This record gives sequence, C-alpha cells and structure tokens, in this order.
Amino acid sequence: MKILVCITHVPDTTSKIQFTDNNTKFDKNGVQFIIGPYDDYALARAVELKEQLGGSLTVLNVGEVDTEPTLRKALAIGADDAIRINAHPKDSLFVANQIAQIAKSNGYDLILMGRESIDFNGGMVHGMVGELLGMPSFSPVMKLEVDGDTVKMAREIEGGKEQVEAKLPLIAGCQEPIAEWKIPNMRGIMSARTKPLQVVEPSNDEVATSVSTFQLPPAKGAVKLIDKDNVDELVKLLKNEAKVL
Amino acid sequence: MSILVYLEHADGAVKKTSLEAVSYGKALADKLGAGDVIALGLGSIAEAELAKAGTAGASKVLHVSDERLTAGIIQAHATAVAEVYKSIGASTLVLAKSSLGDAVAARLAVKLDASLVSNVVELPDTSAGYQVKRSIYTGKAFAVTEVTKEHKILAVKKNAVDLKTDGAAAAVEIISVNLSDADFAGKITATDKAEGDILLPEADIVVSGGRGLKGPENWGMIESLAKELGAATGCSKPVSDIGWRPHHEHVGQTGVKVAPTLYVAVGISGAIQHLAGVNSSKCIVVINKDPEAPFFKAADYGIVGDAFEVLPKLTEAVKALK
Ligand SMILES: Cc1cc2nc3c(=O)[nH]c(=O)nc-3n(C[C@H](O)[C@H](O)[C@H](O)COP(=O)(O)OP(=O)(O)OC[C@H]3O[C@@H](n4cnc5c(N)ncnc54)[C@H](O)[C@@H]3O)c2cc1C
Repeated sequence: MKILVCITHVPDTTSKIQFTDNNTKFDKNGVQFIIGPYDDYALARAVELKEQLGGSLTVLNVGEVDTEPTLRKALAIGADDAIRINAHPKDSLFVANQIAQIAKSNGYDLILMGRESIDFNGGMVHGMVGELLGMPSFSPVMKLEVDGDTVKMAREIEGGKEQVEAKLPLIAGCQEPIAEWKIPNMRGIMSARTKPLQVVEPSNDEVATSVSTFQLPPAKGAVKLIDKDNVDELVKLLKNEAKVL
Repeated sequence: MSILVYLEHADGAVKKTSLEAVSYGKALADKLGAGDVIALGLGSIAEAELAKAGTAGASKVLHVSDERLTAGIIQAHATAVAEVYKSIGASTLVLAKSSLGDAVAARLAVKLDASLVSNVVELPDTSAGYQVKRSIYTGKAFAVTEVTKEHKILAVKKNAVDLKTDGAAAAVEIISVNLSDADFAGKITATDKAEGDILLPEADIVVSGGRGLKGPENWGMIESLAKELGAATGCSKPVSDIGWRPHHEHVGQTGVKVAPTLYVAVGISGAIQHLAGVNSSKCIVVINKDPEAPFFKAADYGIVGDAFEVLPKLTEAVKALK
C-alpha cells in the first residue's frame, strides 16, 4: 500500500489574524504554524493504515522553506519520507497541479488530505487533483477502511452520513472522527531528523485566482447583559429589538 | 451567455441555500446584464420543488431526473453539470457552499477550465477586472479575490444574499445527460440521517449546549428550548468527543459551520475554535455562569447564570410569547 498525505502549513487555530503592507500580506508576526487540523486527521489515519497493511507513507507540502518544520513534524508522527514542492501555494489550482504532477509519476494507491485548509477554507484541492488524475475523490470522509482493493468510507452529509464503497486508487478529503490525532514521541522526533525530505521545483505555474487585498470584519459591539431573573426581557429584546423571533 | 445554478436537495426538497444561490445568480445577471438564470436539479425532485427556483429568480429550470443522481455521487454530478453548462453556453456557474457543493465544484473547475471562488459573500465588483469578496480564516477575515479565467464558478456562503421570493413561476424542462460507469465509481451503500430533526447547517435558529450541561441526561433542557423555538440543536466539540451528542451536531472550526439568524449557546466557553463555526450568525445569545467566559465578547445578548436555572425559565418565556 502506497499512501500520499498532503498537508497544509497554517496558522494555529487560536491565532489573531492580521495583515500588513496595506492589507496585501498575512502578518506572520507572533503566529505559530501547524499542520492543518483536517490534514492531521488524514495523517493519523494514514499512519494507522500503514501499521495495519504495510507499505509506504509519504507526506507532501507545497510551500517555501519555512514549512519544513511542519513536514518534519509529520515525519515524527509516522511518515517515511517527505516532499516539499518549493513554491508559495498561490491558489488551489496551482497546488492541485503540483500534487497531480508528483502523483502521476509515483502511482499512489491512496491520496489523503484534509477536507479543507483552515486559512483559505476552499475545500477544493482533493476534487481538483481527482479530476486532473481521472481518479474518484470523496469528501468529507469521516471513516475509511481498506479491505483488499475495496475502500469503505463514511462521508458526512448534512444532518448525517452516508456509507460509500469504492475501489483503489482514490482520493479522500478527511475530517474527524476518522482517527485520533497522533502526538509525536521522542523516538519519532529523533528519527524524523534523518528521514528523507526531498525538495522539488514546481512544474506548472497556472493559477485561476489571486488575492488583491484582505479585510477584517467590523468590530463587534458590546454584549447586552440581561439579569438572570428577568428572562422575559431577553425574549422581548429578541422579538422587538433584534427581530429574530 | 447565461448563468447556471446547481441545485442541491435533501430528500427531494430543494435546499434553502440553493435557492439563495439562485437569488445570487439573478442579482448577478441583473448587475452584469449576463442573460438568463437557469437552475439545474439532479435526481428525484418533485416538480413543485424545482419550480421554487423560479420564485427565487430563475427563468428556467432544467431537470435531469436520472434516479442514479438522487444521491450525491460527486463525479456523476460534476459530469452532469459540466455537460449542461456547455450545452447552454453558460459563462458562470453559481452554487451554495456545502460539503457536496465544494466537492462537485472542485472537479468542475478543472472540467470547465474555470476560476472557482468559494465562501463568496458579495456580488462581484467589476469596476476593475472581476473581484469577488470571500470569507477566509474560518470567518475571521475576507479576501478580495481577482478571478482570472473567462469561466467562473462562485460558491456562495449561506445567508450572504437575501432570498428572493417574488420571481415568476419557471417552466421545468426534463433533459438527459451522458453518464458512464466511471462516473459512478463510488457506490453509496447506506444513508443514516437524523430523522425528523431540523438540519443543523440549514437551520434558522440553533440552540447549542457545551460541557457546562454536565451530562447527556440534561440535554432534554436544550431540546425543549429548541422545540419551542423551532430550532436545530448543536454542541461543542468535547460534548461530541465524549459521546454525549452525535458527531454531526458538533459546531465549530473542525465541525459544522452554521450561519443562523439566532444562535443560543448554553454552557459553552466560547473558545476561538467554537466561535469560528458560529461567527456568521446574525444574533448570538450566551448563557454561562462565568461572567468572564470569552463567549460574552462575541455575543449580542447574554445572561450570566446557571443553565439549570435559566433554561427552563427561558423555555417558558418563549412559550408564553406564542
Ligand atoms: C484544532 C482544534 C480544533 C477545535 N475545534 C473545535 C470545534 O470545532 N468546536 C468546538 O466547540 N471546539 C473545538 N475545539 C475545542 C475548543 O478549543 C474548546 O475546548 C471547546 O470549544 C470547549 O467546549 P465547552 O465550551 O463546551 O467546554 P468548556 O471549555 O469546559 O466550557 C464549559 C463552559 O460552561 C460553563 N458552565 C459550566 N457549568 C455551567 C452551568 N451550570 N451553567 C452555565 N454555564 C456553565 C463554564 O463557565 C464554561 O465556560 C478545538 C480545539 C482545537 C485545538
């Protein structure tokens, strides 16, 4: 079983989002970067599948040199080797093209990634890679089991889930509760330092969108507090002032 | 040049978010002089349901009634939409942002060689190029995005446009498309849905409970208030992790993102990851016994008090309103 896990390098979920250079650049000051939370689920499940079925597990990130600590963390969690496509991830089509290029020459059985990144929230890359490779893609996948060449998945739908069956190879955009996140242990961290991390130059410069400026939402007004012994007042305000009842 | 709108349905009822996408398409056509707005339904959907797209602003509704498309098989939907898009000579595809919509739109972006923008919150600005504002960082910011390709796919965020209900009745025309076995590479073997409940991502009012509720046995209080309000129920992540509530009720950054008119949060601290899933709500009410709970900073109205005391009173007060 040959597995590829694609990970994003994103600001920690508690980061304060700010922009610089006339609102044209993300302000990295004081921000800690992590493996995208959804990608962490994909990686955790891939580690389990490798333990169960054997084979190899490669992680890939499209990013500049500053994303290497994130790739090393993925190696510490259990990937065997890493590929960094040396480019700023310009948009989802650009990223999808890079992934498809690597996948074409490596023949992976299973390509896993998060359902979406938590920076741009597009949820597009898995489907684009699927279309570029002519491979089925499924998302958001919350359960994934491999039995021979059959994959049994649970896919989230609004208000429930559906069970889906398909044949390898395929692509899945993952989310919880597909697996418990894995925390790297000391042995993992030590071995990650010597695992191969290959740097590949980008192959196709095509983009479909570009960001011209960023904006922050307007500041929220202060909360109106209502006495706990006067809940009737709250209901009146919701009806007459907020007009939501 | 026309605008095609992809309709999603739940058990044969066209989703409200898809009707919002139709209204967005209509406003876009009016703004750009872009011609007809044509809606497309796939699978078993009643004609009366499809006709609602007319009231929301479509001038025509196309229906591929092929049974196999009733379930949301991603590849098959993408193939069907691409064929219809090309056959009507459309220039733009509009759809509602959703888990199925995202997956279908991504494949279509490649099939149609189109620029795809998701989480769209406003009509495009065409004064210099074609710029669309979209929500990013899970609602914490916006990106004004330049669309560079001739063909455009816009996935519209829930509640970003007003739903139009005064359009004319639209004729529904049955059409067929070519689908191959490869389009059905994934087989849906079972569907488990919460029966009779109001769907959380679609709900206009949501009542959510957190760890402050102490245990699943106390969820009756949340359900009673939700019932009086006609609301869906939600929860924080630890609540679904411990198994007090099903996973699909978990709201937040890693769970369901909701955008209701009213969000009531009870016994939830308001961690940033929870807020990320609710920050598009129109009005937020927070009930928490800790006056320092961060949720109060994001709330419009708040009660500092014990949920076990406040919730039954609030349910009575809502009941009395009727
Ligand atoms: C990467 C990542 C992603 C995450 N994604 C999500 C997500 O999608 N959704 C999510 O919800 N969380 C998410 N979390 C977890 C999040 O950080 C918080 O841990 C979680 O939201 C806390 O849930 P809670 O408020 O129910 O529980 P707690 O933090 O335990 O808070 C309980 C609250 O209840 C109040 N309370 C207690 N008793 C009462 C009472 N009797 N009456 C009234 N109030 C009472 C307390 O004052 C407290 O404020 C994520 C975390 C990480 C790291």
